[in-house]
Amino acid sequence: MDANLIETGTKEILSTHGKGHNKLVPILLDIQESFGYLPENSVRQVSDFLNVRIGQVYSVASFYKRFQLTPIGKRRVTVCRGTACHIRGAPQIVTEIENTIHLKEGETSADLEYTLETVACIGCCALAPVITVNKAVYGAMTPRTAKELFNDSSRGDKNA
Amino acid sequence: MPEKLRTILVCQGTGCISGGAGQLQEALSAELTLQKLNAVAEIKHTGCHGFCQRGPLVVIEPEGIFYTKVTQNDVPDILHSLRPGAPLVERLLYYDTVINQPIKSFHDVPFYYKQQRLVLRNCGVINPENIDDYLDAGGYKALRKALAMKPEEIIKEVKDSGLRGLGGAGFPTGRKWEAASQSPGNVKYIICNGDEGDPGAFQDRSVLEGDPHSVIEGMIIAGYAIGAHHGYAYVRNEYPFAVHRLGVAIEQARQRGYLGKNILGSKFNFDVEIFQGAGAFVCGESTALVLSIEGKRGMPRSLPRPRTTEVGLWGKPTVLNNVKTYANIPLIINNGAAWFASRGTEKSKGTAIFSLTGKVVNSGLIEVVMGTRLREIIFDIGGGIPGGRAFKAVQTGGPSGGCLPAEMLNMPVDFDSLTSAGSMMGSGGMVVMDQDTCMVDIARYFLDFTQRESCGQCIPCRIGTKQMFDILDSIIKGRGKPGDIDLLLELGHSIKESSLCALGQSAPNPVLSTIRYFRDEYEAHIFEGHCPAGVCTHCL
Repeated sequence: MDANLIETGTKEILSTHGKGHNKLVPILLDIQESFGYLPENSVRQVSDFLNVRIGQVYSVASFYKRFQLTPIGKRRVTVCRGTACHIRGAPQIVTEIENTIHLKEGETSADLEYTLETVACIGCCALAPVITVNKAVYGAMTPRTAKELFNDSSRGDKNA
Repeated sequence: MPEKLRTILVCQGTGCISGGAGQLQEALSAELTLQKLNAVAEIKHTGCHGFCQRGPLVVIEPEGIFYTKVTQNDVPDILHSLRPGAPLVERLLYYDTVINQPIKSFHDVPFYYKQQRLVLRNCGVINPENIDDYLDAGGYKALRKALAMKPEEIIKEVKDSGLRGLGGAGFPTGRKWEAASQSPGNVKYIICNGDEGDPGAFQDRSVLEGDPHSVIEGMIIAGYAIGAHHGYAYVRNEYPFAVHRLGVAIEQARQRGYLGKNILGSKFNFDVEIFQGAGAFVCGESTALVLSIEGKRGMPRSLPRPRTTEVGLWGKPTVLNNVKTYANIPLIINNGAAWFASRGTEKSKGTAIFSLTGKVVNSGLIEVVMGTRLREIIFDIGGGIPGGRAFKAVQTGGPSGGCLPAEMLNMPVDFDSLTSAGSMMGSGGMVVMDQDTCMVDIARYFLDFTQRESCGQCIPCRIGTKQMFDILDSIIKGRGKPGDIDLLLELGHSIKESSLCALGQSAPNPVLSTIRYFRDEYEAHIFEGHCPAGVCTHCL
């Protein structure tokens, strides 16, 4: 991503927040939301803005699962591994998707097209097993419907 | 009297939205105009109606006509059915396979009529983004009443009600408030814990999405009772609709003078801000949650740690309660402690809310009186196990709880019964398992979760849960050794006794409870290399 874009984007985000230490997590969430990860230069800007040591910012950023320190793919595929999803077959769905888009859990494709991750629970347990692609939710998945979803790439874009 | 009128309620809980409820509502609105029925009916979106599995749900009031799995294609038929003499859309009604008949109103569907919806009274009924709907349902009456009471009278009422914290541990709410009110200092805080991190639980999300004002009202009353002027609503970042609707509700409450300065002319000031959690299960622990708001790593404070009611956020006395606990407060203030205490068991008053999921016919969000038997929940409300399979276990309390076998189905559900059976109420997940679920695999699953989520600060939790996970992993892969079960028990008991916080202290429960009730499954894996449920591919 363009360094200037990151700098001005981060500045804009910072201008909407106050300077207290309790703003650190909210600011990082906004940056994560805007860029899909926490760029190093953004972290520096946050450190200057809040007058918090850069190590302190990374200590927080590395603790919470929402934050990523490397860029993620255009399509963020999240497989829920909550309890209801687990007993209704989430592990087989992870395997199927891994084989279809050729990524392991936690990886991003070199062309930044896909990121594959799992999450503890998205709270749609009644629809288990569930996956999300960006903001779109797909319920009652089977290995077959999961495979179809990624073979037919246009569907993976629903509400993207 | 105007002829309007039917209200078409479209459930916009997370479950129904993922089934297309947003587009469904747009289609209904367009068709309503097209069929010139605007004078006959209005369309309203609501929060979670509960029966998520059958979503998207549409309810037509006042009759309570209940349409399930509704798609955009059904829209013309639904609107046509509003015309005088027109038939209902029978194909969308809930079909009861016991009486072999479709059921017209949701009040008569077994999933609903066995419930007692107090905290969920407004969920699926009112538009959560319209404060007038909440006011029409009696909202903010309790606040008005509370502001005319003395703070100590409110605390006494909450104490007398017997309400216990619904976040999991069940600490008496009134005693917590009393401790915070007696702690010295002028600056105090109220925190609402909506960091619902348990896999398999979504009731806090549903309350925030469906009835956010009830939570805000509870927080304001708590603030008045202990002398706090600022509240934080801590909500998981993974719950975008909950964050949005709570934000809308806070703004509307400010505009109407329920939040802000001089609330309802009482000279009492109180405001609430939302703090989004960034994804850490351990932040459900109160001292960790407080540190996380302060912009630090959310790691529980070391022992001996003062109570949050004495030294909480920014070192000030703080009351931290769960979403559902606050939603109960307006009920108690409006109806009185005795009314509330008349429900439930001797030591667990009121109702319990569960996310009923897993291998059960009817999944969704349910609310029952404390003391309801597991069997009634799973078989009457939940409709039993699908596909003629056999019930094996029910897991309550998420990663902190345990798996209970068929022999326990007659057990009343309350805080103490669940704990004595080796499980816990926890945040209210209830996952049903059938004969095809392997109990060793489930134990491994939960330990995988806890060892990932351990903050790593104390050794029993960080290393102990990893050791337990490794042993379980080797058992399901057919490499279990004699003595593994004893080692798991020994590790489990020492982790429980020596961990720093509730995460570690409860992490062994899934393993200990499955060994207690399903030891034969462990033995089959270890000694026969056989997985009785046919799940573990290395042990078939």
